[in-house]
Amino acid sequence: MLKKQTNIETNEPVISIKDLKKSFGTLTVLNGVDIEILNGENLAVLGRSGSGKSVLIKIISGLLKPDSGIVKVFGQEVDKISPKELQELRSKIGFSFQNSALYDSMTVRENLAFPLTRNKRELSRNEVNHAIEEVLNEVGLSKTINQMPSELSGGQRKRIGIARTLILKPEIMLYDEPTSGLDPITSIEINNLITKVQKQFNTSAIIITHDLTCAKNTANRVAILMEGKFLTTGSFKEVFSSKEENIRTFYDYNFINDDENIQK
Amino acid sequence: MKPNSDIIPHKKYLISRKIDAFFLEIYDVSKFIGLFFKEAFSSPFEWKEIINQCYNVGYKSLPLISLTGFIIGIVFTKQSRPSLSTFGASSWLPSLISIAIIRALAPLVTSLIAAGKVGSNIGAELGSMKVTEQIDAMEVSATNPFKFLVVTRVIATTFMIPVLTLYSGLVGMLGSYINIHQNEQTSFAAFVKNAFSTISFLDINSSIFKAVCYGFTIGVAGCYQGYNAQNGTQGVGKAANAAVVVSMFLIFVEEMIIVQFVNAIR
Repeated sequence: MLKKQTNIETNEPVISIKDLKKSFGTLTVLNGVDIEILNGENLAVLGRSGSGKSVLIKIISGLLKPDSGIVKVFGQEVDKISPKELQELRSKIGFSFQNSALYDSMTVRENLAFPLTRNKRELSRNEVNHAIEEVLNEVGLSKTINQMPSELSGGQRKRIGIARTLILKPEIMLYDEPTSGLDPITSIEINNLITKVQKQFNTSAIIITHDLTCAKNTANRVAILMEGKFLTTGSFKEVFSSKEENIRTFYDYNFINDDENIQK
Repeated sequence: MKPNSDIIPHKKYLISRKIDAFFLEIYDVSKFIGLFFKEAFSSPFEWKEIINQCYNVGYKSLPLISLTGFIIGIVFTKQSRPSLSTFGASSWLPSLISIAIIRALAPLVTSLIAAGKVGSNIGAELGSMKVTEQIDAMEVSATNPFKFLVVTRVIATTFMIPVLTLYSGLVGMLGSYINIHQNEQTSFAAFVKNAFSTISFLDINSSIFKAVCYGFTIGVAGCYQGYNAQNGTQGVGKAANAAVVVSMFLIFVEEMIIVQFVNAIR
């Protein structure tokens, strides 16, 4: 396993969220979220299904609009900037979707070329091909270049999804459930890839997960989202040494390093 | 782009829920069409994808259009013959068939078939992309999914339905000629002379104009329904179904309006 990066470069936040609220009809999903993500930091957001984790990163990427509150990415308020500014901002953000969201009518090569050719129209065909090969090597899937997404396994699809975001050399990565639906060994590979991306591409990241192994291995900081607010934030050790019942329940169900449970 | 008509349950209604939703839907469609024109005339242009979609809409519909056009020509000729023969006017068959096919049948039948084949395809494809977050993935990778997915498809249907209409008209005329030749031993030259003597440029132009309107309708209806699909696979099915039903309904409404307009200037 790759060694986790811990040297956060500066204390300057790349993402800053204040009093964020979001409801869908009568259902309040986010109810006053406050958090800052520092440059070079990986933050894992943990929480139960339906707790608003995915909504949070969709608001950060501008896919959803907040009801109230301030969401700043690189100092720009995401919901206040013009569509052109938002498009420029998005070229610095990589979003890895839960189901990978690969374009199923395109080959792996075309999936990777799609964002690159539309964001950097000045690139020659050779440069595009070179970038595709480079990023496929990074995720260890250079042999899949001419395959269709339907021919890939779940883990391969996740990695190609990450490769598609990396091709634009983002400064922020947003991972939505990167290990969901994967076997433990593939999950470890994805965790290693997330750590490698942080180290090699010097990215900051928000990792939405309910997999504590993923959070432990990839994040510098962990935050638990519950009832629309962050219950606690801190290092993995700090958060899960808490005696708070909600946190303990969350921890116990995942059996992380719990020899007693394993023996049982 | 979330339709406003979906937000309505949590607001106070102006008239009633259904009427408010209907007008909001019209507002959403108008906004969608406005966005189409804005994106269609601004660079960069997705030429490669437009050609790809023209191929999908046009070339891939050829077998179906050929078959239906040919059968319509034969059947319409066979059905019209007894009526004309009663008055000893079976020599007017080519004129009657050409008027019927060029003025009405070719644009209408071609568009209805395209609404079923192409419209449902667009609705299902975009709907499936929407519910599997592929459209969101395009958006967050700083590309413009509306330009790539919607503009290209609407342009393709608007350009290719008139081409298919002309083709379907010619194939229908061919079917009619074969039937007339078998029964009345009319030569090809005499058939063509008789058929085209009653057809004016206004007939051909109005037919093309109708096909352009129908093509645009099929493209917009399919894309709008697919682009705004919700609720998983059920939503994809609904989008495909609504794309066909809405475009067929609008094609008949447009047909009625355009016929009134063309007859007024004839």
